[in-house]
Amino acid sequence: MMDALHDVLAPFGPQAGHVRGLWTLTLAVCTVVFAAVLAALLVALLRAQRAGAESAPDLSSLGRPEPGRRRSVIAAVAASTLLLLALIAASIFTDRALARLSTDGALRLEVTAHQWWWEVRYVEPQVADSFMTANEIHVPTGRPVIVTLKADDVIHSFWVPSLAGKKDLIPGRTATLNFRADRDGIYRGQCAEFCGSQHALMAFFVLAEPPERYAAWAAAQRRTAGEPAEGQPLRGREIFMRSSCAMCHAIDGTSAQAVRGPNLTHLASRGTLAAGSLANTPEDLRRWIADPQQVKPGSYMPATRLSSEDMDALVGYLQTLR
Amino acid sequence: MNDERAMQQQPGRTPAPPHLKDGPGPGSPEAAALDATWRDPPGLLGWLAAVNHKAIARRFIVTTFCFFVAGGLLAFVMRLQLARPGARLVGPDLYNQLFTMHGSTMMFLFAVPVMQAVAVYLLPLMLGTRSVAFPRLNAFAYWIFLFGGLMLYAVFALGAAPDVGWFSYVPLAGPDYSPGKRTDFWAQMITFTELSALLEAIVVITTVFKLRAPGMALNRIPLFAWAMLVTAFMVLFAMPAVMLASTTLITDRLVGTHFYNPAEGGDAVLWQHLFWFFGHPEVYLIFLPGLGFLSAIIPTFARRPIFGYTAMVLALIATAFLAFGLWVHHMFAVNLPELGKSFFTAASMLIAIPSAVQIFCWIATLCSGRLDFKTPLLFALGFFFILVLGGLTGIMLASVPLDLQVHDSYFVVAHLHYVLIGGAVFPLFGAFYYWYPKITGRLMSERLGRWNFWLFFVGFNVTFFPMHLLGLRGMPRRVYTYQAGLGWDTLNLVATLGSWIIALSALLFVVNALRSLRRGAPAGPNPWGAGTLEWATESPPPPCNFHAIPVVHGRDPLWEPPRAAADGGPPPFTHVGGLAAHTRELLATTVLDARPDLRVNFPDPTIWPLVSALAVTVLFIGSIFTPWAVVWGSIPIAIALTAWFWPRRAETAVHLRLEQGP
Amino acid sequence: MTAPRRELDVSALPSYAFGHRSLMWWGTFGLIAIEGTIFAIAIGAYLYLRSQADSWPLGAPPPDLLWGSANTLILLASIWPNQKAKRAAEARDLVRTRGWLLVCLLFALAFLVLRGFEFAALHTRWDHNAYGSVVWTLLGLHTVHLLTDTYDTAVLDVLLFTGPMEGQRFVDVSENALYWYFVVFSWLPIYAVIYGVPRLH
Repeated sequence: MMDALHDVLAPFGPQAGHVRGLWTLTLAVCTVVFAAVLAALLVALLRAQRAGAESAPDLSSLGRPEPGRRRSVIAAVAASTLLLLALIAASIFTDRALARLSTDGALRLEVTAHQWWWEVRYVEPQVADSFMTANEIHVPTGRPVIVTLKADDVIHSFWVPSLAGKKDLIPGRTATLNFRADRDGIYRGQCAEFCGSQHALMAFFVLAEPPERYAAWAAAQRRTAGEPAEGQPLRGREIFMRSSCAMCHAIDGTSAQAVRGPNLTHLASRGTLAAGSLANTPEDLRRWIADPQQVKPGSYMPATRLSSEDMDALVGYLQTLR
Repeated sequence: MNDERAMQQQPGRTPAPPHLKDGPGPGSPEAAALDATWRDPPGLLGWLAAVNHKAIARRFIVTTFCFFVAGGLLAFVMRLQLARPGARLVGPDLYNQLFTMHGSTMMFLFAVPVMQAVAVYLLPLMLGTRSVAFPRLNAFAYWIFLFGGLMLYAVFALGAAPDVGWFSYVPLAGPDYSPGKRTDFWAQMITFTELSALLEAIVVITTVFKLRAPGMALNRIPLFAWAMLVTAFMVLFAMPAVMLASTTLITDRLVGTHFYNPAEGGDAVLWQHLFWFFGHPEVYLIFLPGLGFLSAIIPTFARRPIFGYTAMVLALIATAFLAFGLWVHHMFAVNLPELGKSFFTAASMLIAIPSAVQIFCWIATLCSGRLDFKTPLLFALGFFFILVLGGLTGIMLASVPLDLQVHDSYFVVAHLHYVLIGGAVFPLFGAFYYWYPKITGRLMSERLGRWNFWLFFVGFNVTFFPMHLLGLRGMPRRVYTYQAGLGWDTLNLVATLGSWIIALSALLFVVNALRSLRRGAPAGPNPWGAGTLEWATESPPPPCNFHAIPVVHGRDPLWEPPRAAADGGPPPFTHVGGLAAHTRELLATTVLDARPDLRVNFPDPTIWPLVSALAVTVLFIGSIFTPWAVVWGSIPIAIALTAWFWPRRAETAVHLRLEQGP
Repeated sequence: MTAPRRELDVSALPSYAFGHRSLMWWGTFGLIAIEGTIFAIAIGAYLYLRSQADSWPLGAPPPDLLWGSANTLILLASIWPNQKAKRAAEARDLVRTRGWLLVCLLFALAFLVLRGFEFAALHTRWDHNAYGSVVWTLLGLHTVHLLTDTYDTAVLDVLLFTGPMEGQRFVDVSENALYWYFVVFSWLPIYAVIYGVPRLH
């Protein structure tokens, strides 16, 4: 999952697509202008005579206008102005195109950014159908998505380059971002507003899936965690409840309902851990739980000291949370 | 008692008692008396009490350059950390301090102050006078700047540097998420440096308006003087915003105000408006003096007066006005009304037009001139490549949709370095090579200068061009590390290699500057054959700048010396005489036409600017820890400022002997 | 043909002058520009915070009109002795200048005392909420100017009594008057914002 798409120049949805079009036009115009200015300069440098400090300066321009030169400068300025006006127009057209994204039948999400993870709530018409996840967003390909953006602590920014431009999440304000993924794939996003120590490791993923696969995923996410099997998984849940885990993390269907950290009900269904910092493998999960400071120094999750068997049990239980 | 009786008499022409007056040129007893009058006293106390503009400016320039090197070293370490994914050279806490210190150093402790420092050195020489206006205020502004910078670095050395970016967004910088005093030191450093810059702006405006050689009408002053004048006006209107912002940040953190606390009616976005209302003009404060340097260098090395002087002046003024209407383009990702954003898009693109006017006028000058490819011209030419590229990426960023993709990514890091280094630092290095002979009396090595230039040019592009691509590939700013396999590895490594080349170039510059002090070829008054007044006097200039202040007859006085009138009219004046040589007396001229107006007494060296700066420092640093510092800290300041202002009997007696009422 | 040396003798020029001929006038103008901008931005912050609020003022009634209005009248009235002092200085009349500056200081005492009551009449504290913060800041910024203006005037007046005296000191009095005008006239928009805006609907 780490090699998911994240390229402004590789758009897979209309929002990023419109920007890519504007980029191409602007780049072309700017390249032409740059080349022209450099060419004019080069011509000036190559054609001009050389002179030293001791040579008398040419004062023929004093008191006498230089009409030819003036015409050239005015022409250059006029051409630049026209090009700028054209770019302004292109920008406004693109703004309007972005605003025209149809939101009929849109999927609604509420993203709340925290230091340094993304809380995601799927808002369904039936409140009972709403569910929470973290750091990983699944959307049906071809269906618009309306994301409400909030922040819990400091300013963050939601940016998934291959799908859309970014929007800031500001405490005390609510913003909205609309997008649509038009091709199945995994798209990487990252926080784009400096938010403290672990701003660098605050990624998230948008998985665009065919509608049936999305529906299956959503149905699974709505289920609460089942009873773990006897033996190691059950012991793992006991360890979860008696360690500091339950003080911050919720697992629906258990008594752990804290919301300070990501909801772990379906942890095992996610591709990464710790906001895209680690792959979701048993080894990495062990490493993360044992000492988060080794992976994300400054993270608010404390180290959990457990014996090797206890850790195996805990990890084993968490892996059942599909 | 004598004073009062003198005052009761009718004011008017009292016969001046005999004393030495200026007028005769170098080598005369009058010249020797002038030098003795304007020289700073010897010894440590004399150094601390100096008010001569050249003395203050030299130490100011050296100090800002030291901060430049420090800021560069910080960036060098940052690049070492980012050279490889997942590197563990620098952890997040230290990295966040590094990039905060790098940005704050470059923006507040280098880029604006160095321009003001160079202006303080050059303007009196270019304008044909012996001092800046308010020389004691000028000295105070230097000390305040120095103490603010030292405070910031002391805190860094103690491992408690601010770590929330040079822009210090709330709520991250607020009391809840930035515990301790780190951010308070940042905010107070702003107070120090902005106070310094504001006072220097007053000095520059008054100097340019009132202290010019006779005949130097406003439409004859060098374009560098215009650039600094316009910049100074911008400072007056831009810096108060950040002072208010940083002060309210301190009060939010120290005494519980709620400016930025959304739970009590405050707004995090208020910070952004206040900061960027200052922050956008700030970059033009850095850019405009660079444009002034180019307008000084290009005519000299094209051996002709600048093409389009009037258009250049209007372009500077237009840029300054427009610069105040762009700030929201730093906030396009915030949920603000879209229609408003479009206005800022248009303004942000249209500000390119006055800059385009300037660029085309310079190209016209170069096209029609005869070129002398010395190092200053090389750096000026570097500007055309680098700044224009940066300006064009600026046009891209001005568009809201494009900006929403590349905002806060390495694309912006590339853009800002292209415009600031291309637009200000390259011209600044050109200016150093250009005016070094005037300041020191020796020429820098041309060979080392060419190596310096090419290494900087190549190194700069190798470092910063790849960052455009990094941004387009999704790499955000202000990250202490990144994961492998995201496609960012090679570009980051290349950028780091480029930073080594830049470091080498900077080292070469320092070597060149230091070696040339002893071994450079003697420069003489005008090694470049330039036309402006600073080249009319010796290198280095005597303490009084000019033994006889010239009377000016054209925009490039050395290229347009006074000529006998064609129609047999009265011969032109060539120089000023009659100012006292035994005390610091200057000629003030009228604003528009520079007609001689007043003989103004200027102060002798005094320790009070330094003492006042120390008192102000105590209040500023104290108020980081307790609000009561504002109260008890005011007392030493009041005493120091009163002592500064209070006239001395001896000085007053001298003034009275020279006094003539209006 | 370059002209031969010809000296422009400036020794008969005056050594001080009033108004914009004086360098200090430009210094004062610079300070006025800076501080006027600070006031304008603070007022902008006040209006911005108000635009974000559902009701205004937050958690407090509008400030009482009595002390603020009385103080506005005193401030406006202080222009009279200030102008008299300026005129006396420009006529180089030492005795009258001293006297009128003393009268200015009496007005200063009055408006500083009333300013204390104005703070109480705000009915809020700087740490209650954003409204309290911004209104205290606005009033506080202007108060700092009242204090520095009072101190400047006092120092000048003492100097006029003790000497040493020269023509330039009269120019200083004239510049100080300019600054005094700024402090008084800049109060008017601040008064309108602090006392008037909360009463708008």
